[in-house]
Amino acid sequence: MTKRLPRKDVVIIGLGWTGSIMANELTDEGLEVIAIERGPWRDSPTDFPPTYIQDELRYRVRHELFLRPDQLTFTFRNKMDQTALPIRSWGAFMPPNGVGGGGVHWNGEMWRFLPSDFVLKTHLTERYGAAFLPGDMTIQDWGLTYDELEPHYDRFEYLCGTSGTAGNLRGQIIEGGNPFEGARSRPYPTPAQAQPFSHTLFGKAARDLGYKPFPQPSGNLSEAYTNPLGLKMGPCTYCGFCEWFGCANYSKASPQTTILPYLVRKPNFSARDNSEVIRINLDKSGTRATGVTFVDSSGQDWEQPADLVILSAYTLFNVQLLLHSRIGQPYDPVKGTGTVGRNYTHQTVSTVNGFFDPKKFNFNPFIASGSIGMCIDEFNGDNFDHGPHGFVGGGYMGQVQTGGRPIESTLVPPGTPKWGAAWKSAVKENYLSTVKPGTGVHGSFYAYRDIYLDLDPTFTDRFNRPLMRITMDLKDNELKQNKFLTDKFAEIIKAMGADKLAVQYRTGPYDITTYQTTHLNGGAVMGTDRNTSVLNRYLQSWDVPNLFVLGASAFPQNAGYNPTLTVGALAYWAAAAIRDKYLKNPGRLIDA
Amino acid sequence: MSNDKGGLAICRRQLLTGAAYFALGISRSGATVILDHLPWTPNAGDPPPAATPGPWHFFIGEEGRTIEALADRIIPADPQTPGGTDAGCAVFVDRQLAGPYGRQEGLFTRPPFMKGAKNQGHQSEQGPAQQYREGLAALNASCKAQLGGKAFYELSDADKDRVLQELESGEFNFDGADGKAFFEQVVKDIQMGFFADPIYGGNRDLVAWKMIGFPGARYNYLDWVKRHNEPFPLPPVGMTGRIEWTRR
Repeated sequence: MTKRLPRKDVVIIGLGWTGSIMANELTDEGLEVIAIERGPWRDSPTDFPPTYIQDELRYRVRHELFLRPDQLTFTFRNKMDQTALPIRSWGAFMPPNGVGGGGVHWNGEMWRFLPSDFVLKTHLTERYGAAFLPGDMTIQDWGLTYDELEPHYDRFEYLCGTSGTAGNLRGQIIEGGNPFEGARSRPYPTPAQAQPFSHTLFGKAARDLGYKPFPQPSGNLSEAYTNPLGLKMGPCTYCGFCEWFGCANYSKASPQTTILPYLVRKPNFSARDNSEVIRINLDKSGTRATGVTFVDSSGQDWEQPADLVILSAYTLFNVQLLLHSRIGQPYDPVKGTGTVGRNYTHQTVSTVNGFFDPKKFNFNPFIASGSIGMCIDEFNGDNFDHGPHGFVGGGYMGQVQTGGRPIESTLVPPGTPKWGAAWKSAVKENYLSTVKPGTGVHGSFYAYRDIYLDLDPTFTDRFNRPLMRITMDLKDNELKQNKFLTDKFAEIIKAMGADKLAVQYRTGPYDITTYQTTHLNGGAVMGTDRNTSVLNRYLQSWDVPNLFVLGASAFPQNAGYNPTLTVGALAYWAAAAIRDKYLKNPGRLIDA
Repeated sequence: MSNDKGGLAICRRQLLTGAAYFALGISRSGATVILDHLPWTPNAGDPPPAATPGPWHFFIGEEGRTIEALADRIIPADPQTPGGTDAGCAVFVDRQLAGPYGRQEGLFTRPPFMKGAKNQGHQSEQGPAQQYREGLAALNASCKAQLGGKAFYELSDADKDRVLQELESGEFNFDGADGKAFFEQVVKDIQMGFFADPIYGGNRDLVAWKMIGFPGARYNYLDWVKRHNEPFPLPPVGMTGRIEWTRR
């Protein structure tokens, strides 16, 4: 029997970054808010203490903090004429689980998107002409501008205490920052992090080559910080166990360090963990959400009625829950109809590993933070003329190595045997003098007609619901972009003084087994036209106006940056629309 | 449709299996209501269980000698650093195969199983435990058939290396099974044991971390981040401390 809980004003599905932000904003309005979280409560003293969090096997290799695929997974294929098969073990991306979501185990890179990214279709068409874009590319404008989002970028940066060097302060270009960034209204709240040896060397080599390097904006703090909610964070200690791990130091911006201790004390907030929302319930008209149904870890079904539903899970789970709840029209790439599942994207990343003379270079690679690094932005977005190159998009690049964890970081130069005495001595010789940037080239991923999400015809989950199917491949445009960027990156690594390079281009077909990033986007995109978007510019569902869908699922396509800062800024933007507009007159904020 | 209430009711039994997994696999298993304060209790936490010394947990018969022979060829001893077996890598693999990894615990193992492209990932009902059981047997059987009746661990080091090189290149006749994939898996697991924290049985006495200069489970390099190109002066520590503190 389904147990029915008392009605709340707001139910929030997923207590990660966006759910925490929205809960805090809406409880400030005096609303009764409940958050339903699929995974467990997590916090530093119990789940990532400094006594055992620095465990590469448990957290990186065995995926301790992530969702278990037996609880929920997806199927995957490259092409529409292939049979999709289940992702039985995670690879290309790591779906989060638990309170804090991806904010627990991310690296903390705090990038703003470029002003042109938000008007991408218009911008590229005006500069290069519509014929320059591939015929099957389905990029579109976001329906909001950088200037509209700027105050919300600023708010999230100050919530997190972000460490960085401004490059464009109210239109004035500042030496040492990113000269390509959009104008920011304030400097970063804390100065940039100190840079270890190899990261500094990259900055020097890039400068010598005529680029304008700058420190990566970081959610791992350079100094102690008290955020606007009064929560205190400590300085990052460069432990080298950031991504895949939680932070034991309260140094990495996360819902746990920046919001939850404040939020949880509010009498009008509560949360339930280990409880998976399986459906958003609609009334008979199908145009109004009445709340959600969830199942707790004992198998009990619950119904939580609410006036306003906030869907704030990870990209894939947002889209999947819309499909399972039959909200909106599923995208059909053949007929070109429907929107749910359309414009699904990832990130186009690659790297170049550099092997240096061990007698001259000791990088101490284990000294790093998750968002450490010196970067350049000359080849991002439309910061350079794409005309001669025959592709669109780009990305930042940098020495952004996050540590020297030895299972993954014991590299050997190309041509070395993979085992045996020669392998062993090469590992010994090269460990301290190898540069391994990880996602050194961080390229955009634009949207295409036949890259999308829908429900799988064969495979089912533990509730016998169809798994969601991912149809995803790398297109020529992204492969060309990656070749161009990776070659530029290799020149800089070479100029640092590397003797040998291992150049690892991103190649097709898209591979679900090797990690790329967890930056999955789209499938429930925002826009101005309900025929090509699931949400309006305020992240409100066109079909069900008392439903808002937060997260990178709203990105119409992906830019050449990490998504979290934009995800957080959009959550503040949507919260402002709810507070200032929706609550005064609940209904559609934009006429469909 | 399966996502209506009827579908959920039919699935109750599977759901309970899922609930049982929760109870076993996650420390604070029950769904809780969080209200008014952070749900924190003293001494809560979930440190990793240490690999226990002693006999094999997983390997039987010739398997133990075979995995040790593999460990010593994948990571041969040298004057400074012991080989794979003395470093505990075979024990590491044994304890991993006897644990959740060997059983594919937490992975998606619902049918149907279909053969797919390599970039669609592992699609077999068999987990690592079964793969090792079959792979090690196939290795010894094919060595005996092709190399004068000797099991892999009975071969000379030169012959062992020759077999492994042929396995790696796919030239070794492995009774029709995929010897190349099996060997890749063994190399990955043995090397993982070498570099993982010693609490899991490998990297005994922190030999691998000493070899490469990794300081281990430290958590603070604030005083060294700006000291560029200077060797870090402190010896490695594991989760349970330094060798001198933990040696039995």
